[in-house]
Amino acid sequence: MKDGRHITLAIESSCDETAAAVMADGRVMLSNIISSQIDIHKAFGGVVPEIASRHHLTNVNHVVDMALEEADVTPEEIDLIGVTKGPGLVGALLIGIATAKALSLAWGKPLIGVHHIQGHISAAYVENPDLEPPFMALVVSGGHTEIVRVEDYDSYKVLGSTRDDAAGEAFDKVARVIGLGYPGGPLIDKLAKEGDPDAVAFKRVFLEKGSLDFSFSGIKTAVLNYMNTEKQAGRPVNTADVAAGFQQAVLAVIVTKAVGAAADAGEDKIIMAGGVAANSRLREMMEASCAEKGIKLYVPSPILCTDNAAMIGCAAYNMAMKGHMDGLDMDAYARLDIEEA
Amino acid sequence: MKELIIKNEQETRLFALDLAKKLEKGSLVALSGDLGTGKTALTKYIAEGLGVTETVTSPTFTIIQEYRSGRLPLYHFDVYRVNDEEELFEIGYEEYFYGDGVCVVEWADLIDELIPEDALRIHIEYGKAPEERIYTCSF
Repeated sequence: MKDGRHITLAIESSCDETAAAVMADGRVMLSNIISSQIDIHKAFGGVVPEIASRHHLTNVNHVVDMALEEADVTPEEIDLIGVTKGPGLVGALLIGIATAKALSLAWGKPLIGVHHIQGHISAAYVENPDLEPPFMALVVSGGHTEIVRVEDYDSYKVLGSTRDDAAGEAFDKVARVIGLGYPGGPLIDKLAKEGDPDAVAFKRVFLEKGSLDFSFSGIKTAVLNYMNTEKQAGRPVNTADVAAGFQQAVLAVIVTKAVGAAADAGEDKIIMAGGVAANSRLREMMEASCAEKGIKLYVPSPILCTDNAAMIGCAAYNMAMKGHMDGLDMDAYARLDIEEA
Repeated sequence: MKELIIKNEQETRLFALDLAKKLEKGSLVALSGDLGTGKTALTKYIAEGLGVTETVTSPTFTIIQEYRSGRLPLYHFDVYRVNDEEELFEIGYEEYFYGDGVCVVEWADLIDELIPEDALRIHIEYGKAPEERIYTCSF
């Protein structure tokens, strides 16, 4: 406890980012440190490139120290340690988990393992103190595309997910096809603003009637075929139109399914989470569609949409308040079902 | 080297189901070919052949996806985002490549030095028709 508030220290290391955060009473962010966003050069005396941020082991102690320092919290004041237990890359998850366990044992603090997607969803609580379940959640990122019904802080139902590529991955791959570079999401978002979304139409893949699942692998092939056909015919390609057409096809499916799912379930709130939630066109389309149906939309700030530990701390706190707890025998899970986590 | 013309996705499936029958503990299927040639689609059908019941999704973001519901564990790699072979050492790739299951590696040409000698290599190219693919197989 610090100043009468419950203190959670959280660690996230499921993919590229090593992150640590300190939360007060679950929702108040005292610090939120993400390895790729700090001055790595200064902190580590060398540049840690994108994938090499997989060197979680090098980063983890440092981000934890920074999180505690910035929050002005001592180990004695911590009440709970939260960590991502899956899904993700096992080797990466294990670094966060081993650190959390070691701190839990050394400091004598309780430990909770959190599902990564539960974390993303919990990001919405951080900036909205009054937000409470139930609500519908749309999680769209480089690794995930899911529609989840949040029944309670510890009860989730996955209504739909991708059957192949994640939405953010489709953006990255199509950006590559049209020669934009990495990361593809923001670059396509920007270029699409200059294009006409109706100039080049790509098929919207809705799958079977009533399904809330997604499939985005076909559209990348469709864009490739279009580019090749135009090239062979010697016609110039307007990449802004291609970007706009592609983006429209992907987002229309996402918005239709997410808002439809909420309306069908009688939910009056939708929260968006994950890196793709930062896409400006997606925000516009979600806002318009939600307004039409009388649904309130919550979109976290970009820093809380990407992988971070504040969201994990919030989720861990909520789980603790529901009476959940993990032991030092907790494992890392490459695959993990949020309904059972 | 054997060259096969695969006319459509249905033929991809039949090829994969047949291949899956031959896979055993420690087998590694090394896939190469441009974006959109259907490496993940081929892997989905290999998984089906192994009896995997989970949905096989793209491993691009997480580098590895594991499936344990089939006849053998399936480790699906996408090494496109890996910058150098050193990074695979850090992931502990050898525990997968020489482990208890089957590995399917997309963009295997990027880590050629780490691919075992006896790997089943398949290089995929676009064919004449939009759905057609040409498989060059090492087996």
